[in-house]
Amino acid sequence: MSEHKGHLQSGAEILVQCLINHGVDVIFAYPGGASMPLHQALTRVSDKLRTILPRHEQGGAFAAEGYARTTGKVGVCMSTSGPGATNFVTSLADAKMDSCPIMCITGQVSTPVIGTDAFQETPIVEVCRAVTKHHYLILRTEDITRVMKEAFYIATSGRPGPIIVDVPKDVQMRKIVADYDPPMNLAGYAPDRRATREELEKLLEMLRASKKPIIYAGGGIISSNASQHLKAFAEKTGVPVAMTLLGLGGFPAEHFLSLDMLGMHGTVYSNYAINEADLLLAFGVRFDDRVTGKVSEFAKHGKIVHVDIDPSELNKIKKADLPIHGDICLALQDLVRMIDARPKGSPSLTAGHQEWIKQVEHWRATEPLRCEPREDAIIPQFVIKRLWELLKERNMLDDTIITTGVGQHQMFAAQFFKFNSPRTWVTSGGLGSMGYGLPSAMGVQAANPLKTVIDIDGDGSFLMNVQELATCFTEKLPVKVLLLNNQHLGMVVQWEDRFFESNRGHTYLGAGFDQPPYPDFVTIARGFRVGTRRITDPKDLDGALIEMIESKGPFVLDVMTPHQEHVLPMIPSGMTVKDIIKV
Amino acid sequence: MRHVLSALVQNQPGVLAHISGMLASRGFNIESLAVGETEDPNLSRMTFVVHGTNAELEQVRKQLDKVVTAVRVDDISSENFVERDLMLIKVQALPTQRVEISLLVEMFRGKVVDIGTETLVIEISGQETKVVAFIDLMRPYGIIELARTGRIALVRGKGSKEVRN
Repeated sequence: MSEHKGHLQSGAEILVQCLINHGVDVIFAYPGGASMPLHQALTRVSDKLRTILPRHEQGGAFAAEGYARTTGKVGVCMSTSGPGATNFVTSLADAKMDSCPIMCITGQVSTPVIGTDAFQETPIVEVCRAVTKHHYLILRTEDITRVMKEAFYIATSGRPGPIIVDVPKDVQMRKIVADYDPPMNLAGYAPDRRATREELEKLLEMLRASKKPIIYAGGGIISSNASQHLKAFAEKTGVPVAMTLLGLGGFPAEHFLSLDMLGMHGTVYSNYAINEADLLLAFGVRFDDRVTGKVSEFAKHGKIVHVDIDPSELNKIKKADLPIHGDICLALQDLVRMIDARPKGSPSLTAGHQEWIKQVEHWRATEPLRCEPREDAIIPQFVIKRLWELLKERNMLDDTIITTGVGQHQMFAAQFFKFNSPRTWVTSGGLGSMGYGLPSAMGVQAANPLKTVIDIDGDGSFLMNVQELATCFTEKLPVKVLLLNNQHLGMVVQWEDRFFESNRGHTYLGAGFDQPPYPDFVTIARGFRVGTRRITDPKDLDGALIEMIESKGPFVLDVMTPHQEHVLPMIPSGMTVKDIIKV
Repeated sequence: MRHVLSALVQNQPGVLAHISGMLASRGFNIESLAVGETEDPNLSRMTFVVHGTNAELEQVRKQLDKVVTAVRVDDISSENFVERDLMLIKVQALPTQRVEISLLVEMFRGKVVDIGTETLVIEISGQETKVVAFIDLMRPYGIIELARTGRIALVRGKGSKEVRN
């Protein structure tokens, strides 16, 4: 940056230089009138900062999420004012819900015409306040460097979250000499806290007194990079671990203490264990309704210890017996250190719950996830099971990242793909945004060029952002789409079957039951010059999966599946483990 | 239970919109909200009166504290504090009624700040109960319009303890 000292630079050039200074190497940017100076500046730094042109702003922002979720760095996207900016709203809300650090930079009409209903003007900061962690409208070119410094810091510190930075066109064009290291103006922002020794002592005391402890681990484990410490803590204490949808990969699925996912579509054994536990160690979680079901019945037999970096999550849904405000990574590190430092002859932390482990193992053995392949049809669960097995056989699991859309296919992926490491699983959890799979995979691939990136998608979700196949092709992002195509909105169909006597309320996506599959995704993929194949016969499954995995470029594998399959087990919304549906 | 929250926020455009929007979107019901600059031009003080259980109030306070531009948030209800509400009230007052009304204003330690041919504008400040009592007294004369600032409050003595956690 010193090379620019003393030089007059435009606001656009300064902002782009800030991105480079903060370590951004990819930006997903769709141009328009109010962001043209920024794009002009981007063309001059293409050796340091790659600009990827998505085919829709929402795709660009979901790609930024994919980038952020797999790297922990801020994912950056850009759009013009007005309609470009409003296309970011869903992605910002998604990133807010799932605590994902993205930055959406939006062009804005020039400051003299703000508030006059100018062409392509929307007050995007006003629109986005409730769905961002913080927001900026930059009114002076001099403020750009400070705002960018604050924005990167806020996005990644404490509980991560999305930031919108709105930059009027005249602010982009004005030339000044920039100060690249200005002081931040964040008097009230204190995001860090380390749990005290006393608090952690109390936690260990409660653990010693417990006969049936369980860990409920969430997305906080992933975003704070705590998974290795969680593993050490669980092993030293012998406490089994159940994970939320966003926590998958935070603890190795194949570990003997793993109970896999809990909640609405979680395993029977994890939900039984939570229900029976006398101590719930809630680490980096927010007691989402898809986890708890009926809140008053959730974990009602146990004491609750809740550790989270966001104090407003403590006691929000469920009163904790021991609420601890702190970074879960540091807390687990400290706990492991405290356990290791105990004098020889201290009472064992594992001895008290041997019976419990036996009970949990019994549940796991007798109530496994069910997947019975058929000869006459390819069932979706089996597709994912085979994908996982084939990747494992090829020793590719560590180098594979999975993304999904939203719906049945997402839950099947969460259940049947066993994630052993963090940041290998990218899914829209809290907001449940359909259309997430392909664009997020594209961002994942841009951030991880050497990995195999597979979007496990449904036909409804895939169609919502199918235009991004063009980005994958032109930008040489070899994303694979494993499309579980049942011609329906499967999850809504499942609820119709269970709660509305199978009356179809606009959940059929095909062109008629006497017609071939619609739309013809194979033809669509060909139109985008993307490799493709459709299969309907279970005998073709392995060969097709291998063809997809081995393809050099992007690939769409269209797998026709029956729409009668349900995601099971299922605890219906607002109900309890006693109401679990197993068949 | 009634709570009085006092928040110091950065004096920037949009902060009030941000905070009131957050309170509305989370379904918190605010009885009164007053904002004004402080002795430090970079900071404004917002005073909220909120009704709710202790658990609800804990959430309101934490959610306020989470707003990046909120510098400090205190629930001062449990402390010894002074609170005031300022009202301007315009009442119907024929020349024959002026003396009678002025007497009431004096008893409430208020001020008559404008006299029209058939109206008076009166300034009253004090605790909410006092302000409400005065409004009730003015009803028989005919209230034309009134404006209130909403509650503002400060802790007595040295200051308020920090409740950030």
